Amino acid sequence: MNETEVTPGGERDQRPGREAVPGAKGGRERLMVPKATPDSYYGRPIIKQPTWRALNIAGYLFLGGLAGGSSVLALVSELTGRHAMARAGKIGALAAIGVSTGALIEDLGRPERFVNMLRVFKPTSPMSMGSWILLAYGPAAGVAAVTDVTGLFPRVGRAATGWAALTGPAVVSYTAVLISDTAVPAWHGAYRQMPFVFAGSAAASAAGLMLVAAPRNQTSPARGAAVLGATLDLTATALMQRALGDVAETQRKGRAGTLMLAAKVLTAAGAVGATLTRRSRAGSALSGLALLAGAACTRFGVFEAGKASAADPRYTVMTQRR
Amino acid sequence: MGRISGPLHDVAGDAGYENHPQRMGFFTDTSVCIGCKACEVACKEWNAIPEDGLTFTGMSYDNTQGLSADTWRHVAFIEQRKPLGMQDPGMDYGDVDYSGVDVLGLASENDARGDFRWLMASDVCKHCTHAACLDVCPTGALFRTEYGTVVVQSDICNGCGYCVPACPYGVIDQRKDDGRVWKCTMCYDRISDNLEPACAKACPTDSIQYGPLDELRERAAARVDQLQEAGVHDARLYGDDPDDGVGGNGAFFLLLDEPEAYGLPPAPVVTTKDLPSMWKHAGAAAATLIGGMAAVYAWSRR
Repeated sequence: MNETEVTPGGERDQRPGREAVPGAKGGRERLMVPKATPDSYYGRPIIKQPTWRALNIAGYLFLGGLAGGSSVLALVSELTGRHAMARAGKIGALAAIGVSTGALIEDLGRPERFVNMLRVFKPTSPMSMGSWILLAYGPAAGVAAVTDVTGLFPRVGRAATGWAALTGPAVVSYTAVLISDTAVPAWHGAYRQMPFVFAGSAAASAAGLMLVAAPRNQTSPARGAAVLGATLDLTATALMQRALGDVAETQRKGRAGTLMLAAKVLTAAGAVGATLTRRSRAGSALSGLALLAGAACTRFGVFEAGKASAADPRYTVMTQRR
Repeated sequence: MGRISGPLHDVAGDAGYENHPQRMGFFTDTSVCIGCKACEVACKEWNAIPEDGLTFTGMSYDNTQGLSADTWRHVAFIEQRKPLGMQDPGMDYGDVDYSGVDVLGLASENDARGDFRWLMASDVCKHCTHAACLDVCPTGALFRTEYGTVVVQSDICNGCGYCVPACPYGVIDQRKDDGRVWKCTMCYDRISDNLEPACAKACPTDSIQYGPLDELRERAAARVDQLQEAGVHDARLYGDDPDDGVGGNGAFFLLLDEPEAYGLPPAPVVTTKDLPSMWKHAGAAAATLIGGMAAVYAWSRR
């Protein structure tokens, strides 16, 4: 049985009806979507995107590093009799770790349950260990700052300053383990170098804070820390990108690429500035700001590169197929 | 504290259970999956999972897209220009003698229309022997059950989200309006009552098989041999090997193409395997920071 539309011009659009021969008349189905290629399922990511918000978590990577680095530099300042700089470091550390803790809690899906972090002590979970590290470090950083400003309990203050300087580096470097211990290609693949990137960056940012906040005649330890920190940061970053191989392109492209480039330029400029601006208050402050901004760009860059590497299934496959 | 990588025979025992039942698992044989999505529906119904968007993706028949906080079974659809194997229409033509007529050969004489196959596969949480989600969970909300499966305790999870990027298969995810993470429990409530999980119960072709993992592994090995003999040379098992990067899956698969084609990672390794080395490097970095600052101290004392 055929269906025919009769028009003044004659018959047209004769359709074959049930005698239709598959594929005989024009209408082959056309693929309207990209073909599934064997190397991915419609280009969809294999692993899930981190749910962490950049401002909270990359912000914490930066501020936690700043806090830990500042505590160590504060102890160095105190031991060398530079009390104004020590105070700047202690106040900076308290402020940074305070804001960090707030950001970490804010980032939880159920912030009111933050105390569940202290339910268990679990070495296989860097976040569990980090919670305990923060518990060991945070109050000490607080006591160190408050006793310094108020002048009360100087002996307790000295002990707290020492303890904060000892646990501060743990805060700095554990954050690298925190993000490396995931299936995110650009994070996991960098686990050997990232703690050193963060350590160098933390020292540089702490030095930056001192250059901004402390009187110029006390800042020579900060200038030394700036150069050492920036050197470690830039060297470790280069090694990290080499270790990442093809995945390193996530740190060179897009928003992460811009951030990582800015980090390199700002950190290098800040370190050079720190050595050249001994006599200029404004120059010192500017160098300090560059170091702080550089460290922030490093953390946000690493964070964004990780997200980019999770979003494209290619990176997951290439790290497993080589 | 159990082992963090490598083969592990007694998963529940390693987690501290004594006198525990056998390790239970899923064997999903995708070669008999018909893409009906009954598993998706049964899972949602039984577990009272909220609706998560009725979207039209325009990619094949898959509008679910993938596993998520609100999708614990996901049926993938893959269209390929490739023959499935030696295909036999299975028709009985009675007394007419068609022997010697190569029907498939005739069908594919002029074009490649015979070279077409649908791959359908129901994906699910793998309930890894070494589960990264469980390892990294800072609250203990994720735990190992006596059946060797991995389950989230929703009354403890605080939504830190660490398990989400830790999972090498992209299974577990955060429910946005709820804040906590959710995933397949292998119907912990049902299996505790000796019922099979809802998806396996609903599967009309037994593509989803539930049972003691050891039995499933034997059955799966036999099934691969059977398919290989029938000319389906693409048939291979995925996640069945206790020597793989996650110590083998509690839910494993028979696939007909590379894992990537199904959106599965080809050779995942539990991230925690490198954790001891990570802590060592972090320790060295912390020591470097202290050493560098000590050098600054020595230099600035002058």
